[in-house]
Amino acid sequence: MVASAFVDAFRFMPNHVSLLLDKAGETAELAFVALAIALLIALPLGLWLGHRHRGLLLALGVSSLGRSLPSVALIGLGIGILGVGFWNNTVALVVLAIPPILTNTYFAVEGVDRDAVEAARGMGLTEAQILTRIELPLGLPLLLAGLRIAAVFVIATATIAGIFGGGGLGDIMARQITYGLGGVFAAALWVAGLALLTAAALALAQRAASRRMAPRT
Amino acid sequence: MTGWHSAGGGPVIPDFGQPSACLKQNGWFCTDWMSKHWGDVLQPALVQHIQLTVIAVGIGFGIAFLLALVGFRWRFLDAPLGGFTDLLYTIPSLALFQLLVPLTGLTVTTVEIALTSYTLFILYRNIVAGLRAVPAEVLESARGMGLTRRQTFFRVELPLAVPAILAGLRIATVATISIATVAAFLIQDGLGHPIFDAIETPDLFKTELLASGGLAILLALTADGLLAYAQRALTPWSRLR
Repeated sequence: MVASAFVDAFRFMPNHVSLLLDKAGETAELAFVALAIALLIALPLGLWLGHRHRGLLLALGVSSLGRSLPSVALIGLGIGILGVGFWNNTVALVVLAIPPILTNTYFAVEGVDRDAVEAARGMGLTEAQILTRIELPLGLPLLLAGLRIAAVFVIATATIAGIFGGGGLGDIMARQITYGLGGVFAAALWVAGLALLTAAALALAQRAASRRMAPRT
Repeated sequence: MTGWHSAGGGPVIPDFGQPSACLKQNGWFCTDWMSKHWGDVLQPALVQHIQLTVIAVGIGFGIAFLLALVGFRWRFLDAPLGGFTDLLYTIPSLALFQLLVPLTGLTVTTVEIALTSYTLFILYRNIVAGLRAVPAEVLESARGMGLTRRQTFFRVELPLAVPAILAGLRIATVATISIATVAAFLIQDGLGHPIFDAIETPDLFKTELLASGGLAILLALTADGLLAYAQRALTPWSRLR
């Protein structure tokens, strides 16, 4: 019967291309907004803490806290506070996206070779210049890895938002009565595809960033 | 009269007999509801949640350990096994629960199968990585001391992999607690159930939402803390990590 759901899923797709594209767009929008807000919060904080070599416990604590928070509980509390809609889901996703970004940014900057930083300081670079010209480029691959983890996590969790009227591909998955098991499975495959594509794109960026930093011969 | 309400379709706002002012206004946190319904709503949900998690992680650990032994012993099987657990992890929980329903119905078994399959990804990777991380020199000296392959595994490789295995168990447990809240989409089990219930109440029953959501978060944080403590207590040599 699972096999027939698989077949149904591939029958569902060609007949509902525009629906799937619409819903995938909604999921992508939700994920993008959440990631952008999380970046705005976590990036400066991680850069600053990493640059000062402070807040190791905070960075570790936030990462384990973020891993622990149950998404349904977060979305539920978001609904309680903000009501049903786009923003309660976004806030829950932002909370989930912050930890991997913050932790990886922190370790990306913190782990930059101290000799390189000292050399830059000796050459008269200001602290801001050290951060933007030395630490940020050198730490970029690790930073992008954090963004990739956050993106996959957010896209996967955004489907749960569908149960609570958040739209997106999760909306199809939460309505088996309307779309059938084939539709549910089709939407699931699209979510997986979306997550894998995003991860692949960010992995490419990560590789480009680390290749750029490789010593030139 | 009190306490009785008909079970006609959909969630019914519980009849509290004499609702307090707080409940009438749907306040944020009504202590009278808490003390009245801790025993018949929150506590059972909490116990069910812990059961769901413990069973899934327990069975998942057994399966992952066997798979890891295979992947560790026959290296060419590592990539396909790892890929298989990856694949399971990629299926969104909401869909996997529903896909299993035709096979095992709207039962706890369905939920446990899904939860267990999610733990495999984390546990398999951690166990194999832990076993692989044993330094070559250590294995060399074990061989030099005349230990057999089996002795090397049980006395050297396995003990040295314990920190990685415990770290995997910690992540898997916390992840399972989180995913188990989605199970309420299918069955009336676990802390997700009162959360879903509260959201489906016409005017959003805030006290139940806050109490059950808070309880789920508290459970996850407590489990994470306890396992972190166990990790440190059982492997004092890796305290610096």
